[in-house]
Amino acid sequence: MSEIVVDGDPLPFVEGQTVAAALVASGRLAWRTTRVGHRPRGVFCGIGVCFDCLVTVDGARGQRACLVPARTGMTVTTREGDDE
Amino acid sequence: MSEPADLVVVGAGPAGMAAAATALAGGVRVVLLDSQAALGGQYWRHPPEHARALVATDDLHHGLRRYRALCQALAAHRTTGRLDLRLGHHAWSVVREDDGFAVHAVDRREAPRETALVLRAPRLLVATGAYDRQLPFPGWDVPGVLTVGGLQALLKGGGVAAGSRVALGGTGPFLLPVAAGLAARGVEVVAVCEAAHPRAWLRHPGPLLRNPGKWAEGAGYAAALLRHRVPVRPRTAIVAAAGGARVTSVRIASLAPDGSPRPGTERRVEVDAVGVGWGFAPQLDLLVPLGCALTDSADGNAVVAVDGGQRTTVPGVYAAGETCGVGGAALAVNEGRLAARSILADLGAGPLPVNGRPAAPRSAVTRQRAFARAMALAHPLPPAWPSWLTDETVVCRCEEVSAGAIRTARAEGAHDHRQVKQLTRAGMGWCQGRMCGPAVHCLTARGRAYEPAERLVATPVTLGALADLDETPPAPPAPPVPPVPPASTADGETDKECP
Ligand SMILES: Cc1cc2nc3c(=O)[nH]c(=O)nc-3n(C[C@H](O)[C@@H](O)[C@H](O)COP(=O)(O)OP(=O)(O)OC[C@H]3O[C@@H](n4cnc5c(N)ncnc54)[C@H](O)[C@@H]3O)c2cc1C
Ligand code: FES
Repeated sequence: MSEIVVDGDPLPFVEGQTVAAALVASGRLAWRTTRVGHRPRGVFCGIGVCFDCLVTVDGARGQRACLVPARTGMTVTTREGDDE
Repeated sequence: MSEPADLVVVGAGPAGMAAAATALAGGVRVVLLDSQAALGGQYWRHPPEHARALVATDDLHHGLRRYRALCQALAAHRTTGRLDLRLGHHAWSVVREDDGFAVHAVDRREAPRETALVLRAPRLLVATGAYDRQLPFPGWDVPGVLTVGGLQALLKGGGVAAGSRVALGGTGPFLLPVAAGLAARGVEVVAVCEAAHPRAWLRHPGPLLRNPGKWAEGAGYAAALLRHRVPVRPRTAIVAAAGGARVTSVRIASLAPDGSPRPGTERRVEVDAVGVGWGFAPQLDLLVPLGCALTDSADGNAVVAVDGGQRTTVPGVYAAGETCGVGGAALAVNEGRLAARSILADLGAGPLPVNGRPAAPRSAVTRQRAFARAMALAHPLPPAWPSWLTDETVVCRCEEVSAGAIRTARAEGAHDHRQVKQLTRAGMGWCQGRMCGPAVHCLTARGRAYEPAERLVATPVTLGALADLDETPPAPPAPPVPPVPPASTADGETDKECP
């Protein structure tokens, strides 16, 4: 099985899945917190419309995890402030 | 593709695929672009071609024969070089030029890397579909609460079920295929809360009787839900969700005819995921800035206005599928074909070599639009929905604006979602009001149809990508085509209109 690296830890994915699908498949439904209320957020619309699922991918901030196809070796970081 | 294109189609869902196939069969050159990694749009969402063996989703689909016929027709035109297919490409703006349209797009196949490009043609078809319409409720922003479409997209696109005990709520027939799909993957669907009463359909029996295909599809889902013992509860709603890092329970209430929760009927149900959806809102981001006129649709949305041949009010711009009103995949296919026939006629192309029966898609479109209207009237947004909200309920997820703040803005004189945005920042965040817009509209100007705000870009683009803009990109190479089976014809139309 292929793997991406999420916050330093390997995360397996099935070829063809998005970063969000890989996270959800591993049981993770939240991976960032909001700017104001520090509320947890993860995937909501699943199709790139709501921007809830923002992550940093290979250093590029503000990426929608539900749109980015997972690729072996990809580095994903999830953290506060990705919606700034 | 060395010669210039005659037509750019944005969106490769049922509408865009059908339109492209028919236009190609008529002899024109087409660019077809979609942000997804595979053909199919929402209805026929698939994992990318190379991953299909690993993520099996065939059993979740309907009408796959038609999908495959369209895929094969498009593949055949790709090898001849007349179709420039651009998957993983996101259009962020369309500009009218002297002799046509410039579609500004970013190639995101290697995301997060982006490459900007411009695709030009004298005609443009916008088939960008729709997205789930949401009505906020307390706890709708707790992780694990998703749109029903989001649950479906994870399932069909990635083979992933977002939970093991799921409640679905909202209104409309779309709740049923999602429930059936989850159940087929072993998910316990604890309740399907449909706010409307099925009796409402009986007020419009005509369209129902004239669309037996819809009945058959609905009956199939009903049988599947029965088999999996999934309870469908009419006139109920998920009125609250609770949990910390993940949803743990919902509250389900019976609804009075006006949509207010009946006192004393609320019960708590434990879940680990939730899907909610109140129909769909058309994706008009590219059409509004072009100046295409909008018109009211029976479901409370403004949709793009088209004539009997899918022409918008801007010459050269056509629309098909759910940008023109929500009505399902079969209607989208027929509208796509109709649009392509108009484009061929307007370009002065000769008659279609096969299936040149202009009356067939047109009468199917009329019949299916009547069905869509009956569906919208049978599944209205509950008038008393605002009573579900406490002042603390988040309405704008991005800027974290509460229902209380929006009520205050309204009391201070804000009459629509644009004024509320100025006063509260609701709709000013990353999603640009796509999620909260319909709800803020219902809280302020319910009597009118919801018109989305004009957005300058349909998707954020990095400045780096624009700096490297490639004005005349070569078409990606076409893969070898599998043989076209005898069941389909050159434009992917099987011999009948889409039922
Ligand atoms: C998430 C979701 C899941 C759904 N699942 C089902 C289902 O399982 N069963 C069902 O009966 N109905 C489903 N629907 C309803 C759906 O709208 C169908 O009726 C049907 O897919 C509509 O066809 P269409 O061609 O009009 O649009 P769509 O199928 O929505 O196709 C539009 C396409 O345009 C692309 N697009 C949009 N904007 C851009 C842009 N700026 N640049 C590039 N590409 C763009 C999108 O990626 C999409 O592939 C779903 C809707 C949603 C939102
Ligand atoms: S989940 Fe909505 S944009 Fe990704």
